Amino acid sequence: MWKWLHPYANPEKSYHFTGKLLPWFNYLALIFLTTGLIWALLFAPPDYQQGESFRIFYLHVPASMLSMGIYLGMAIAALSSLVWQLKLADASAAALAPVGAVFTAIALFTGAAWGKPMWGTWWVWDARITSELILLFLYLGVIALHNAFEDKNLAGKAAGILALVGAINLPIIHYSVEWWNTLHQGATVSKFGKPAMAAEMYWPFLICFLGFSFLVAAIVSIRFRTEILARNSVRPWVKTLVLTKEDK
Amino acid sequence: MNHQQPLSYRSAFMLILKRDLTIALRHQDDIINPLLFFIIVVTLFPLGIGPEANTLSRIAPGIIWVAALLATLLSLDRLFKSDHEDGSLEQMLLSPHPVFVLVLAKIFAHWLITGLPLILIAPVLAVLLHLNENSYLALMLTLLLGTPILSLLGAIGVALTVGIKKGGVLLSLLILPLYIPVLIFATSAIDTAAMNLPYNGQLAIIAALFFGSLTLAPFAAGAALKVSTN
Repeated sequence: MWKWLHPYANPEKSYHFTGKLLPWFNYLALIFLTTGLIWALLFAPPDYQQGESFRIFYLHVPASMLSMGIYLGMAIAALSSLVWQLKLADASAAALAPVGAVFTAIALFTGAAWGKPMWGTWWVWDARITSELILLFLYLGVIALHNAFEDKNLAGKAAGILALVGAINLPIIHYSVEWWNTLHQGATVSKFGKPAMAAEMYWPFLICFLGFSFLVAAIVSIRFRTEILARNSVRPWVKTLVLTKEDK
Repeated sequence: MNHQQPLSYRSAFMLILKRDLTIALRHQDDIINPLLFFIIVVTLFPLGIGPEANTLSRIAPGIIWVAALLATLLSLDRLFKSDHEDGSLEQMLLSPHPVFVLVLAKIFAHWLITGLPLILIAPVLAVLLHLNENSYLALMLTLLLGTPILSLLGAIGVALTVGIKKGGVLLSLLILPLYIPVLIFATSAIDTAAMNLPYNGQLAIIAALFFGSLTLAPFAAGAALKVSTN
């Protein structure tokens, strides 16, 4: 596998590779998001208890799952950059952080909008909500540390260490609804076992989740390509790339 | 040059500890200023909220702990900064000893200089805030276990920002989120003690946090120092 992977440690190769993947991500995100959101928002049956306002579920749950997933991806990228000195892993961690921060903010905001009709309040200091807020702070810390260094290589390493230290928060968020008996409801969707919801509600959720995942993949690919170009701007292949684009 | 035997871990640790304590005793305002800050922040709360005894005793654990966090944050800056400026930090990193021993010694010195005085002054402030009598032991125990965590986690943040010119605000942004678990469990333990209920559960979690950060934080801080000094 290492032999198969190692060409992609070359910035030029992975620039072109993500360039080839990008249209696929775009189309898949478009298809899944349109079908998923239309199905979820217009055709899925309303919840027997929560009525129509449960539909925010289709935005809230994918966003919060992705906010944790992106942090995990960033921490893995940071680890591989620190252990194996992969410069591209730094670039991908830098590409992931702001996207993750935005998804965390979306999860918090939609959670507040859902909480108002359900619990009668915009905000409670509940374990899961608070730990998700800490996740946002951690993302912002990583981004701020990344921006504080002039040298991108140093910035990547420093932000990577912080990202790894902050990864301790992930299991806390995940298990917060089980460890603490709080206002936030327990897990509805679990990877293993049957989901605790009806199939005609579950399918649109799955499609929405896939759509948002491909959206993240597309945005991260674009950011990753920009990072590669910014870090390799003095290399000859970037210059020829820019020149050939100008000729067209 | 005669070839010297490298020092043992223990003597390297003691040497750095003694050096840092001597430096701190020569600059006594480094010890006193965070302590004064701690006292002043705590006195501001009764003035801002109102001197009613019931309210104060209800929020006293939170006030003392938040003020302790802020005072630690204020004092963290000198953990590596002056050594970085005069170049002795690079010499330490170049020395044949493993970095985590040196970092651990510096963190321990920092805790002796700032954490310990906070613990000693805390009961006096607790009297001013009408803290419930049952809670004093819990307050002392949580501070005793909790303030080393603040120094250990803070060292990671300082090590990351030591090379940056205006690192102060950034430091608080990086470190305060990591302090939240300690704050939650410490204040919860003190509150539980006020109701005369057993609080060893929370204490056990703080102890776990302490041992976790004791084993991992020196390595993270050492790696961060290597990044910062390049």
